[in-house]
Amino acid sequence: MMNNSGASAAGSSSGSGEGSAPRRNSKRPKYSRFTQQELPACKPILTPRWVISVFTLVGIIFVPIGVVSLMASHHVVEIVDRYDSACIPPNMTNDKVGYIQNAAIKKTCTRTLKVPKDMDRPVYVYYQLDNFYQNHRRYVKSRNDEQLRSKDKANDTSNCDPEATTHNGASILPCGLIAWSLFNDTYNFIRGNENITVNKKDISWKSDRDHKFGKDVYPKNFQNGTLIGGAKLDPNKSLSEQEDLIVWMRTAALPTFRKLYGRIEVDLKANDTITVTLENNYNTYSFSGKKKLVLSTTSWLGGKNNFLGIAYLTVGGLCFFLATAFTVVYLIKPRKLGDPSYLSWNRNPLGH
Amino acid sequence: MDHDRPSPPPLLPEPPIRLDPAARSTRVDLISFAVDSPVPRRGSRADSERLATSQKELSDDDARLVYINDPAKTNERFEFAGNSIRTAKYSILTFLPRNLFEQFHRVAYVYFLVIAILNQLPQLAVFGRGASVLPLAFVLLVTAVKDAYEDWRRHRSDRIENGRVASVLADGGRQFQPMLWKDIRVGEIIKIAANETIPCDMVLLSTSDSTGVAYVQTINLDGESNLKTRYAKQETLSKSVDKEGFAGLIRCERPNRNIYGFHANMEIDGKKVSLGPSNIVLRGCELKNTAWAVGVAVYAGRETKVMLNSSGTPSKRSRLETHMNRETLLLSGLLIALSSVVCVLAGIWLGNHKDELDYSPYFRKRNFSSDDEKYYNYYGIGMQIFFTFLMSVIVFQIMIPISLYISMELVRLGQAYFMIRDASLYDEASNSRFQCRALNINEDLGQIKYVFSDKTGTLTENKMEFQCASIQGVDYSGGKASSPRDWEVCSVVVGNQFWRPKLLVKTDPELVRLLRSGRETREGMRAREFFLALAACNTIVPLTVETPDPKQKLIDYQGESPDEVALVYAAAAYGFVLVERTSGHIVIDVLGERLRFDVLGLHEFDSDRKRMSVIIGCPDKTVKLFVKGADNSMFGVIERSINLDIIHATETHLHAYSSLGLRTLVIGMRELGSAEFIDWQSAYEKASTALMGRGSLLRAVAANVECNLHILGASGIEDKLQRGVPEAIESLRQAGIKVWVLTGDKQETAISIGYSCRLLTSEMTQIVINSHSKDSCRKSLEDAIAMTNKLAAIFPGAQNTITGTGSPRIPLALIIDGTSLVYILETELEEELFKAATACDVVLCCRVAPLQKAGIVALIKNRTDDMTLAIGDGANDVSMIQMADVGVGISGQEGRQAVMASDFAMGQFRFLVPLLLVHGHWNYQRMAYMILYNFYRNAVFVFMLFWYVLYTAFSLTTAITEWSSVLYSVIYTALPTIVVGILDKDLSRKTLLKYPQLYGSGQREERYNLKLFILTMMDTVWQSLAIFFIPFLAYRHSTIDGSSLGDLWTLAVVILVNIHLAMDVLRWNWITHASIWGCIVATAICVIIIDSMPVLAGYWAIYHVMGTGLFWLLLLGITVAGMVPRFAMKAFTEYFFPSDIQIARELEKFGNLDAVAASEIPMSTFSPRHRRFI
Repeated sequence: MMNNSGASAAGSSSGSGEGSAPRRNSKRPKYSRFTQQELPACKPILTPRWVISVFTLVGIIFVPIGVVSLMASHHVVEIVDRYDSACIPPNMTNDKVGYIQNAAIKKTCTRTLKVPKDMDRPVYVYYQLDNFYQNHRRYVKSRNDEQLRSKDKANDTSNCDPEATTHNGASILPCGLIAWSLFNDTYNFIRGNENITVNKKDISWKSDRDHKFGKDVYPKNFQNGTLIGGAKLDPNKSLSEQEDLIVWMRTAALPTFRKLYGRIEVDLKANDTITVTLENNYNTYSFSGKKKLVLSTTSWLGGKNNFLGIAYLTVGGLCFFLATAFTVVYLIKPRKLGDPSYLSWNRNPLGH
Repeated sequence: MDHDRPSPPPLLPEPPIRLDPAARSTRVDLISFAVDSPVPRRGSRADSERLATSQKELSDDDARLVYINDPAKTNERFEFAGNSIRTAKYSILTFLPRNLFEQFHRVAYVYFLVIAILNQLPQLAVFGRGASVLPLAFVLLVTAVKDAYEDWRRHRSDRIENGRVASVLADGGRQFQPMLWKDIRVGEIIKIAANETIPCDMVLLSTSDSTGVAYVQTINLDGESNLKTRYAKQETLSKSVDKEGFAGLIRCERPNRNIYGFHANMEIDGKKVSLGPSNIVLRGCELKNTAWAVGVAVYAGRETKVMLNSSGTPSKRSRLETHMNRETLLLSGLLIALSSVVCVLAGIWLGNHKDELDYSPYFRKRNFSSDDEKYYNYYGIGMQIFFTFLMSVIVFQIMIPISLYISMELVRLGQAYFMIRDASLYDEASNSRFQCRALNINEDLGQIKYVFSDKTGTLTENKMEFQCASIQGVDYSGGKASSPRDWEVCSVVVGNQFWRPKLLVKTDPELVRLLRSGRETREGMRAREFFLALAACNTIVPLTVETPDPKQKLIDYQGESPDEVALVYAAAAYGFVLVERTSGHIVIDVLGERLRFDVLGLHEFDSDRKRMSVIIGCPDKTVKLFVKGADNSMFGVIERSINLDIIHATETHLHAYSSLGLRTLVIGMRELGSAEFIDWQSAYEKASTALMGRGSLLRAVAANVECNLHILGASGIEDKLQRGVPEAIESLRQAGIKVWVLTGDKQETAISIGYSCRLLTSEMTQIVINSHSKDSCRKSLEDAIAMTNKLAAIFPGAQNTITGTGSPRIPLALIIDGTSLVYILETELEEELFKAATACDVVLCCRVAPLQKAGIVALIKNRTDDMTLAIGDGANDVSMIQMADVGVGISGQEGRQAVMASDFAMGQFRFLVPLLLVHGHWNYQRMAYMILYNFYRNAVFVFMLFWYVLYTAFSLTTAITEWSSVLYSVIYTALPTIVVGILDKDLSRKTLLKYPQLYGSGQREERYNLKLFILTMMDTVWQSLAIFFIPFLAYRHSTIDGSSLGDLWTLAVVILVNIHLAMDVLRWNWITHASIWGCIVATAICVIIIDSMPVLAGYWAIYHVMGTGLFWLLLLGITVAGMVPRFAMKAFTEYFFPSDIQIARELEKFGNLDAVAASEIPMSTFSPRHRRFI
């Protein structure tokens, strides 16, 4: 046999690519748990115990939450009154748009609401619009937040088309379709003979009043055009005080939405009759939208909505079912975990 | 690397032999002439087939005309390439356009560019300008910077290369002047000094050696480190170019890539001289052991053979990526479908509301602020539909995950980092780490089904060691036990210096004693002649190397055949030290006595005769013929009438040697009588000077004289297997990988190595195909197929696709040689070969040429979808490495050609096992999961947007802010998938190595296939429904504003996709924790930051919505409801239909791995019979 020691030393110095590096300059990778991919790690495995516990735990958490949510929703008292078609004089039902656009016709309308259950204060007054796409792309983009915020940007009406300027080119403030289409129905509530005051203060977000709508920005050239979209604004009130506008400008996410109109700060008793005198000004007839007046109490969960409770109960129930199913199948067909005889190459017996 | 590769080295034996009349008269009887020719130094390889082509005349049309020493005239008619080279891709000016052009070859980038451009149209402006261009710009910039850096490095190396200096015979001048490499032109005469690199391909004109020999080292070219001999032609030798000038015309073939071939002729002094590959030195070689050489440039710059060969390897694309493109197409289909749905619905909606839209506050078709009351941003219903379609494509664009491409590159980078840093892939012997040369096929390593391996240097170490000898029927193999102690035995005293061979070989003490003492006995004489034959019958050149001790010098034997080198070292160890070799004689120190032998003639090795012989004039005035060769060829020419018992004994020994895996050679000799010698001499002289068919004439002369030999003995040389090769092959086989060995070695050696590395086992049925015609090939193949069918019929139901999984069939091995392959590859017989070969468990191809290796790889690659891997170490493996899906180069002690062509390079064959079984498996399962996850992650987002669009009058509003949309795949969810793609691992290294069968999951594409994709997409739709409709229904008829709901959806989708990922993570370490939970936190922070900007519509929304209990209940509800189906599926399948990987994970976790290991030893050790019947 040859003696290799001399040969390999000579061979490596001439053969290795990076040539002249001396032997001790080894390129052996330094050992670390990271580079060898041996970091301490947890290796979770879904054992039956884990699976059953997880499903059970989810069930245990979800079912009570579902029950509590349903109860909360049940405790909310809500009066919804659709008035858009009811408020049209019978002779005008064939020309709703003509009716609403005719400034000469008086739009006052009276509705009577019955309180089904006690409603503890505060009772929130909402208007609800249906089929009004406040999330339409053309609509949501048609605003200029700079203009609303600061006095210096009063003439910045970019993005506001087609309500950027008046006919003669003066810039509108607040500009854009959203502001232009400001809701302008008004509601008055009378219980018996007593007028119920609606508190319209602090119905908007404080953050909006403080930072988004300027305290020194006043409406200008608003609703001056040929086509009136909705409410007019008091030019002497700064935008930050125009809470209806601020509420309206928080565009709704979905085509059916409610907006806060105000708060009634008295308790309403069951079987109270409330007469609502409303000014039916807002035109939803041109796009067959519906208008509803909503009086509602709230819970910790918000308004009346059974969905969340039902959803939680369903998911919780499903998890209980899965836990049971898994347990049953596990008892019928158990498998020893980590049994090498289950490996496919061990399972294939001769002549299989 | 195979050193006796069959066809590529056509060193043509056309030795110009001059008879020296003066020498003829020195002795009357036998030593009548001295051969003053370079013949003996010729490589032992010759190629019979190329001879014919070299005789063919070059027609002027195909030829390149080079006027020697007249570059102006040479380049007059044709503009030959100058010698400056350029590997850089870009210049400063062309960088931007070319780089962008190349980047946009990626269809995905074009797609995003188109989207970004569309988004710039005012009618379609879905996103703000910045938000839409940013991601693409970022990707382009990062790639451009990377490319620029790489190109800068190429520029630098080009500059260095072009700026080197060579001495060139100045135009018209009579002396050599220094000139930059880049200025050298074809036709110029260049002088190279020792150890200089050759600047361009040139024909040798003369050298410092009087016989015109020059030694070159071709390590840069083909990776072989030994010296090669090149010759200047006799006709040009004598001319002193710098004094007399030089004129002539070379007619040579067009530039081509064949580094082993060259044919040309030279007209000089009215004579026509033919030139072959032995007359040309190639760019990149180094001149060694030759003081100077002068040559004329024939190919320069990019037309040199080395540059033509280094033309970039075609970029490979991983299997997974190809499949991914299929799914990307599906997703594009889905994208178009969604967009069509949106635009059709939008059209219907517009049609239904046609009359209302003029005044409806949220549409306001008319613009009343100007007099003409024109439409505001409305172009008619047709155009609206069209724009809606384009806009929905823009909104849903991330259905095609752009970030996936970047993520994949980062993940591969990370995977490469871990492969390079893996201590178990580090080779101590060559001090080399694993090299990841191709960065885009990491995951292919997990899907290999065929491994094509070279033998020499890949399976073996390519260090030949003389092991044993059989002399006169006596076996001397006791050398293993002894240690090389006697320095003085083989050191030679030259003047006051000691010369000793560089390598020491262990010797058999008995044989040493016999040589020392038995000078008079017959056995002793034979033994001496045996070693004399070993020392003389070769083409080895001894070189002396200085040592630190001035009194000592080392003798380094250089030769093209490592077997010969091993034999000469062995002879030296036994006291027969080859000290000097010149063209006409050799000096051998025989046991301390310096003897000079005249080399009268040499018959080179060729593949027909399979032997070489040398005719030696001994100091005692006898003429002896020594022959060595392969046993089957030698026994045909050995005189069997005498010493029959010795012949039988030798045959027995040979059988024993080769079953040990040794390479065997038989040595014979005979004395030539004077009459016979004179006959031979004249025939030899005639043949050597023949103009036509010189090679075949010489062969005939050789065949005439090589007969009636006395057998001297046989030698056994071990080509040592690399460490761990049998175990590696066994592991690969268990992993369901077919290992095919393609070797240039002869069949017997290949088979014996096959046995010693347990590729072949004794119970295998061997099918051997050695055919010399197409018809016999066809017949052999048909027989082979019939045989496999027969065996399949005996054992019905046995599948041979996955060996090692207990198929009870008799394993088959197909052994086929290169000659047969000539008739099979690229003909209609390929199909038959494919059938036969795939039915066999092992395929061994011997005597194959480099291109045939590639042909065999192509045979599999073109006919199946199976992934192929080729592994080799030498230049002859390059074509195979490039052909295979994955090419692996062994960066051993030999050169770098294979490494340069490879995708991955490593030090040892056995590293293939951790590379494939561990890293390949990990890479595959990580990448497969990552791709699916990325599809899912983006699709769930798109579907969520889509559901919302249905409630916005199909106007493509997104509740989610545009910044969140853009950041979603870039920041919110990008990092965890990359981290998981780099770090997650299903099984530990130990388990994967213990159960090679686990590798099958990659081969069967278990982790990424259409079914999984569709399942994932179904899950995606469910999750998107949960994300969208749970809040939708909960907030129905409420005061919720768009921004708040958008924020809820943003957080919900990010939490859900991260929980989804978290559920699939198999191994949690702190980095995984940090990235997943960190990403959710980062998203929340981003959302909060976005909502803290008063200029955006969603100002403060997140604070409001976070203050409500409903928000948190919804997040919880979405997450649970979204995950329940997946979790349930996962739990049920993992428990009741566990995959192998799952069981192995449980084994790992529940600890009894070692206990199991003990009980399983009988099946996982290397007893195939056991394994098969379990």
